[in-house]
Amino acid sequence: MSEAASRVPALLAGELRVVNLGLQAFASDLERRGVAVLHVAWSPPAGGDLKRAALLAALDDEEDADA
Amino acid sequence: MSPSAGAAGIKAANQAALARLVEARPMLVDCRPAREALGLEGRRVLHAGPPLRWERACPTIQAAVLCAVRYEGWAADDTGARDLVTRGEVALGPCHHAGAAGPMTGIVTPSMPVFVVENRLTGTRAAATINEGLGRVLRFGADDEAVVERLRWLAAEAGPLLGAAIRRVGNGAGIDLRAIMAQALRMGDEMHQRNVAASSLVARLLMPALARAAADTAALARVAEFVAGNDQFFLNLAMAAGKASTDPCLGVTGSTMVATMARNGSEFGIRVAGLGARWFVAPVETPRGLYFPGFTAEDANPDMGDSAIVETAGLGAFAMAASPSVARFVGAGGLAEAVRATEEMAEICLGEHPHFRIPTLDERGTPVGIDVRKVVETGVTPLINTGIAGKAPGTGQIGAGIARAPLACFEAALEALARERRS
Repeated sequence: MSEAASRVPALLAGELRVVNLGLQAFASDLERRGVAVLHVAWSPPAGGDLKRAALLAALDDEEDADA
Repeated sequence: MSPSAGAAGIKAANQAALARLVEARPMLVDCRPAREALGLEGRRVLHAGPPLRWERACPTIQAAVLCAVRYEGWAADDTGARDLVTRGEVALGPCHHAGAAGPMTGIVTPSMPVFVVENRLTGTRAAATINEGLGRVLRFGADDEAVVERLRWLAAEAGPLLGAAIRRVGNGAGIDLRAIMAQALRMGDEMHQRNVAASSLVARLLMPALARAAADTAALARVAEFVAGNDQFFLNLAMAAGKASTDPCLGVTGSTMVATMARNGSEFGIRVAGLGARWFVAPVETPRGLYFPGFTAEDANPDMGDSAIVETAGLGAFAMAASPSVARFVGAGGLAEAVRATEEMAEICLGEHPHFRIPTLDERGTPVGIDVRKVVETGVTPLINTGIAGKAPGTGQIGAGIARAPLACFEAALEALARERRS
């Protein structure tokens, strides 16, 4: 068993605190069960359009290089 | 405006563009005919939004153009006016290309008085007509004789008197619009759908000067009643201030910041600081909102007007949290939703406005400086508070609501920015 996997039983035995990325439905389901959830609205850059995501990455790289 | 960022990188260019925008000092300095203020000569009619061919104009804008031709006396009726336009004897052009910003249909003709706003940071000037009031007015496409009569009164009496008064305020120093807008934000205005506070503040400054400038007390009373009776009087001033503040950003090489957003009833257009005068357009959407009794969404015209320059400058829907009463009026709910709208716009902006602060957000500045990259990356498009015109020609205003800028404008601009960087 990996180190991460060995920590799962202890994690689930205690009170869950969840950070949910992306789909709101997962957060809503947990909230209905009384689990504390911090939802982060996230979606793939440019809605998953790879060409535009590459343009964004190129422009961001230039900004990083400027900094 | 000559490019000043040279070959500087995107970050430096955006900082320069944003600084120009937020440090602008728009001052109201005059009111005079567009012929004098803008050099608008001959049979020219300005309209809102990106360039628009007559055949593609929506019926509401066409009705307003024909009404404006009658108002100028170039034709006696709509048939004669239409003949002139279709023969090319009346030239149409965007307000934004002539130094003006026009609400809704955005119609400006040579004899119409316009407010002149000067940005003391750069010397840039921009103009806007006098707001006609609500309901059946030319900017919403109403075109009857009462509309023409009001326009003639504005040109003959209100414009000259307002001009004389404005030139007297502060011995010609003008009226500080940025200070008024900053104060009005604290009083519940967002400067697009709600201008009650800003209109009152500017009226407070104008009234003594109007009284001193007027030779005729009856005329003074008419103008004073008109100014005091129009809660949206300040809107056109906010728009001229917005244009005088954003125009200097056009030409900042390398910047990905949006410098113009405008609609013409058919298309939504943006211009980007680093890409100069080019428009990036996409089909415009129809606003969603609340309607006056007797009207429904079926009656609504697609979105139009240069008033989105207010959002471009960090006000309007971007400042919704300062104006929860507007959030309800435009169908966006109460304070919590107003705050969410402002927070959402913050996701696509370069910074917060150092002078436009929102008390309900612990004095944070309004989000300002829309970044094309952030819009495309997140898919969050700018939100715009807007009036809704009827789509049947001659109807006028039928409600108020919110509209989104179409993502396609920003996607096209992103591709142009990437090409620009490679070349």
